[in-house]
Amino acid sequence: MGGGVRASQSGRDTHPSPQPPPSRGGEVFHLRRAVTARRLPLRRRLREHGLDGVTLLLIPAVLFVLALFVYPFLYGLVLSFHPKQGGALANYVAFFSDPFLYDTIFTTLWLAVPVTILNVVLSVPVALRVRLMRRQRLLTTILVIPITLGTVMVAEGLLTYLGPRGWLNRTLLEFGLVDSPIRLLHNYWGVMLSLVITGFPFTFLLTLSYVTGIDPSLEQAGAMLGARAGRRFRQILLPLLAPGLTITLALAFVQAFTVFPSAILLGAPAGPTRVISIAAYTAAFEQYDYSLASAIAMLMAGVQVVIIVALLAARNLAFRGPVSSGKG
Amino acid sequence: MSTTRRSLTERLWAIAIWTLVGFFIVNLVAMIGSVVVNSFGTRWFNTWLPAGYTPQWYALAWNEFGLPDILLVTLEVVGTVVVLSGLIGVPAAYAMARRNFPGKQAVMLLFLLPLLVPPITYGIPLATVLYRAQLAGTIWGVILANLVPSLPFVILIMIPFVEQIDPRVEAAARVFGASTGRLFVQVLVPLLTPGILAAMLLVLVRTIAMFELTFLTAGSTSQTLVVALYYAVFAAGVRPGQSIDAMAVVYMISTLIWLLIALRFVNPTQIVTRAKR
Repeated sequence: MGGGVRASQSGRDTHPSPQPPPSRGGEVFHLRRAVTARRLPLRRRLREHGLDGVTLLLIPAVLFVLALFVYPFLYGLVLSFHPKQGGALANYVAFFSDPFLYDTIFTTLWLAVPVTILNVVLSVPVALRVRLMRRQRLLTTILVIPITLGTVMVAEGLLTYLGPRGWLNRTLLEFGLVDSPIRLLHNYWGVMLSLVITGFPFTFLLTLSYVTGIDPSLEQAGAMLGARAGRRFRQILLPLLAPGLTITLALAFVQAFTVFPSAILLGAPAGPTRVISIAAYTAAFEQYDYSLASAIAMLMAGVQVVIIVALLAARNLAFRGPVSSGKG
Repeated sequence: MSTTRRSLTERLWAIAIWTLVGFFIVNLVAMIGSVVVNSFGTRWFNTWLPAGYTPQWYALAWNEFGLPDILLVTLEVVGTVVVLSGLIGVPAAYAMARRNFPGKQAVMLLFLLPLLVPPITYGIPLATVLYRAQLAGTIWGVILANLVPSLPFVILIMIPFVEQIDPRVEAAARVFGASTGRLFVQVLVPLLTPGILAAMLLVLVRTIAMFELTFLTAGSTSQTLVVALYYAVFAAGVRPGQSIDAMAVVYMISTLIWLLIALRFVNPTQIVTRAKR
């Protein structure tokens, strides 16, 4: 084939036409390819960008999430600026001028922040120990049960278990640890304990998945160089765990912050555990003020975003070393 | 090497951790146990165990709470959610795993958000929209609301399963002239069966236990078991506590059976870590 091309070129050279010299033949070839590429059918050009029949399979899923997740969120945002009465910001003004409403933020934080910290702080040492176990399956299976059962079931279980005649109070009385049954229901502690029961397994399993991702030889190297357990944790494990722990903290906080059924069933929904989700629910389904309810839901999302951004910023400040800055 | 010998502090530390884990598990088991025991108990006052045992509370719960209807609605909702999220989610996961296209990151974020944002946050605007569309209160409203987290969940769980399949298998099928539809039915679905089963079972468990979205969108005839349980606990005192616990046991069994089957296909840690990235 090469010989044929050369023959035709030599044939052209005999004509006095402005043909490019043979040395530039390659460029012409490229030019021609570019021209034909521009003439390719649309379908083929799209395929070169990864868009073909297979990519179209995504369309139903994308449309569904857009219609039932993104659109309602934007609708709620717009609706929150169209209050029943007053100007565009009336809902937000009403929220921040009524202590019965704005206090729900602090009530919720007062529950969510301690329980998140407690769950994560407990999860890390347990996960580091369980990592060394050969048969983790039984333990992880037991711990996944409360997550699966969900908060309503845990609330019903705790109502029976923590009640004045429940097994916990019986045990405490039997061992003489208390004189009269302790009150753990219909107050702060009931909600707190339900958040520990569903939250700890969640943070633990998440932390375990991050901990098992750390190469054990790094810690062995530290041990061989004489670092003791505490120092190995602070200087080797913690920096490696920091990104994962930040995400765990964020997810655990967001879950605890949106506590809903157990705050009603186990707490005192009129007072000490009137969390923000109760305020939003009451506005929507008892006062039928969807606009105010949307505003509260947006504020709920806003607090979550603020806390998550703060957590990410804190991580970047605390661990700026080469370990957390990149993966290679 | 001498590093295998553990120091005293390390041993104490280990004991402390196992005590903590043991304490948690004992309380968890006691919590579930007291519900089960109470649901069978006749009278239970100042004793460790009830005075006698009877199955009558189950009969009472079955009739008083209208459990047959509730179980039927639960089955319809869960079944439809599982089938629809599979039909839409598996092809979408295949596209996400096999194609690189502009805006893929944005699409990924779109699928991650419904899993990361807690249901009550987007549930209230979603319920508002569904009420405006006259869908809330009907079984289809409940199904649509439950699909919001289920569909992205199926997609994210299926992507790694698709990535495990050798693309040459698909190429071979294409060479022999298989269309995308035929490729799916005859090549991909058989190869993806374990992944599809795992995803479907986890969606099943999650939908049975999904309280918030169902609660916000369900009417009196479209309640699932978990919402009915909530109302029963909320109105405690109207009916004997034992029959509420009997209902709770029915709920527990209907969730845990599927969990145990699902755990044959996936690791427990995977249930929570799907949403980690």
